[in-house]
Amino acid sequence: MADLRTNFLGIKSPNPFWLASAPPTDKKYNVVRAFQAGWGGVVWKTLGEDPPIVNVNGPRYGAIHAGDRRLIGFNNIELITDRPLEANLREIAETKKEWPDRALVVSLMVPCEESNWTAIVRRVEETGADGIELNFGCPHGMSERGMGSAVGQVPEYIEMVARWCKASTRMPVIVKLTPNITDIRYPARAAHAGGADAVSLINTISSIMGVDLDTFAPAPSIDGKGSHGGYCGPAVKPVALNMVAEIARDPATRGMPISGIGGVTTWKDAAEFIALGCGTVQVCTAAMTYGFRIVQEMIDGLSDWMDSKGYASIEDFRGRAVPNVTDWQFLNLNYVTKARIDQDLCIKCGRCHIACEDTSHQAITAMKEGVRHFEVIDEECVGCNLCVTVCPVENCITMEQLTAGTDPRTGKPIETTYANWTTHPNNPMAKVAAE
Amino acid sequence: MSTIEKPDSGPDIASGRLSPADYAANFTDLHPPLDPHEALVEADRCYFCYDAPCTIACPTSIDIPMFIRKIATGNVDGAADTIFSANILGGMCARVCPTETLCEEACVRNTAEEKPVRIGLLQRHATDHYMAGHRTWGSRKPATGRRVAVVGAGPAGLACAHGLAMEGHDVTIFEAREKAGGLNEHGIATYKTVDDFAAYEVDFVTGIGGIEIRSGTALGRDVRLADLRRDYDAVFLGLGLQAVNALGLDGEAIEGVVDAVDWIERLRQAADKSTVPVGRRVVVIGGGMTAVDAAVQARKLGAREVVMAYRRGPEQMNASEYERQVAQVHGVTIRFFAEPRAILTSSGRLAGVEFETTRLGEGGRLERTGERFMVEADQVMKAIGQVFVPGPVAAEALALDGNRILVDDEGRTSLDKVWAGGDCVRGGEDLTVVAVEHGKQAARSIHAMLSA
Repeated sequence: MADLRTNFLGIKSPNPFWLASAPPTDKKYNVVRAFQAGWGGVVWKTLGEDPPIVNVNGPRYGAIHAGDRRLIGFNNIELITDRPLEANLREIAETKKEWPDRALVVSLMVPCEESNWTAIVRRVEETGADGIELNFGCPHGMSERGMGSAVGQVPEYIEMVARWCKASTRMPVIVKLTPNITDIRYPARAAHAGGADAVSLINTISSIMGVDLDTFAPAPSIDGKGSHGGYCGPAVKPVALNMVAEIARDPATRGMPISGIGGVTTWKDAAEFIALGCGTVQVCTAAMTYGFRIVQEMIDGLSDWMDSKGYASIEDFRGRAVPNVTDWQFLNLNYVTKARIDQDLCIKCGRCHIACEDTSHQAITAMKEGVRHFEVIDEECVGCNLCVTVCPVENCITMEQLTAGTDPRTGKPIETTYANWTTHPNNPMAKVAAE
Repeated sequence: MSTIEKPDSGPDIASGRLSPADYAANFTDLHPPLDPHEALVEADRCYFCYDAPCTIACPTSIDIPMFIRKIATGNVDGAADTIFSANILGGMCARVCPTETLCEEACVRNTAEEKPVRIGLLQRHATDHYMAGHRTWGSRKPATGRRVAVVGAGPAGLACAHGLAMEGHDVTIFEAREKAGGLNEHGIATYKTVDDFAAYEVDFVTGIGGIEIRSGTALGRDVRLADLRRDYDAVFLGLGLQAVNALGLDGEAIEGVVDAVDWIERLRQAADKSTVPVGRRVVVIGGGMTAVDAAVQARKLGAREVVMAYRRGPEQMNASEYERQVAQVHGVTIRFFAEPRAILTSSGRLAGVEFETTRLGEGGRLERTGERFMVEADQVMKAIGQVFVPGPVAAEALALDGNRILVDDEGRTSLDKVWAGGDCVRGGEDLTVVAVEHGKQAARSIHAMLSA
């Protein structure tokens, strides 16, 4: 049985599954239910200064659905906690006392003055909470008041606030980053420079979920108007994985602890974030979609997979994927693949054919000897993987590497050596001149 | 005719066997329509296949992936447009098509998970939605002044008439019966087409305008083909089949032995199903959809025991496996390899049927085994196929092929200016959807001729 315990900045939790700072962690009632369900930790919903902010009284959430109304993307225009600071601090203290084995980190957002940050950090410290997370991420509402992503988009502010907080508390400081920025490495470097112990990412992405074609109001809409909200859920996972990877492999921040956030829905998602270096993962949308009980699938799935791979602890595989994230210019151009269609699994829907025929390389038949038949034409196949992605049957189409002979498309011999763009004869900037 | 000795008051054939509530429950939709949520869930299952096998399997070539995609995107009337543009009787076909042997059999989901997309029900969802909000489909081009006579207001004739009306031609339909619709109105099981849908659909099809139906006007009796050829620019014959095959047994004319087609028609036309008599024990002879419709409806009218006897095996049966299951679920006993050899009587009245068991011999030839058995019956329904009776057209030099009218690929007969389609032509599969396709293709051919 794999050991799922984590020690993130000295904050211990029985498993790497934390609930992210969000509606599910707004009060003790929810957090206790989450702990009862098995969550390893929570980041308490962002505290601010009194008087409490107010929320809209209409829809706060919007979503996009895949088939069968499966929620794949979610957004919100909810602000930070709208409960009095005192109430939250009291409940945080009670909860930590009752659940000492769980991680309890508190998210914070106050105006960008040292005194404001110092004051609230000290109040939180008194609760016995394990750490703080600086919310520099929320893209909606609070950013208009100079907080949230308005801070996260300016690396100098990140560094400054992180430094104030580190100076005022014994607690570990996590900086939560906004993805609404061109290059995520800059804010991460700033957090590192400011002395932050870790970064967590991604926060939500600025978004409009749709437009009502009867009223022409954006969704979610309040009295016919809409404001961009924060986008999250399964659809943002690829964005999050990339940003996590960029930080994990950046020489300036390499080794800095990361709490991964963004579309974590199953144990596999969590394992992928951990493989890219994350010490814990944070979850929100999946819980808001299915309830807290999903953590049991996550725990069990991760544990079983680790057992099957012989990983005794999270550290055994954490970061294993980081060295494999590289620049395009270093990809092996001698690696040649061809699609292979398993005729026993093929249901003959023909989507691979029409996708390839209409939009790619005309490399899949529709007919063979007068019979409906889908087969790859190696002379045309560039190995692009489009057919694999559109096939409705899992593992029916796979990519096979050619390891010998010639590529029927190019007529060139298959090279077993590694060669990339930096030395390619077509590259005017090639480091080694072609012979 | 054989007799069996039995003190008996005669066959028990009676109406009113059930309570009013039972009649109501038994003659509602066999397959209730999908509600909007169910339709969305089902539409999501369609893979939007390339060169879709379902469309290839559809005799009218409805672009099924496209109409399902339109349902999935909330464009339900647009889905109906896709259907009606290929099959103006898409509403009825959604109800009566043996989809399990057509589009749904071809669905790639069968390979994936042995569960096809429920295309028939989705088609019904779209067409019902459209028909609830529109009195017809399509619009007429400017009038051409050309006139076409269509004989028979069944699926073939209606489809042909609609196609011609769209092109601006004026159509007169001559229908022998009082009600239009053909087998849709008279021959299909009640529970497949409730709420007088067949009549509603006739109004929908003819609602485009330029179509006049002269009912109670029979070819050969009230009008002659020669006159139609003289008075109209073209003639389409959608005559259907006129007679039921005979068993060829003594006693076939005895009271209690009925043609299944006639019995179904009487049931269809009965406003009050409790007035339709049915035997306590019924034997249905035949293996097609008519046999299943008769057997199931006999049960629904309260017959205690219904045996459906077919002289060949399940593989040879015209009724699909699904239709057989419908029969069995409704308590019909199916006896395969049972050939009727004698109508049994007692005191001169119907008492049952004697069968001889058969088997498939060399080359699939049917052989009798010599073994006989009896099935007692109060009523016997013959459903061993219908035949085309060329009577009204026999006088004309209209070439036949086998027992049906000879036509070419476009539905042209051997007579100039005369087309034919539906069950009356060779190649008809006795399916509504095939008849619709014949009518549609003939309309195109007639229009091409008129435009030349």
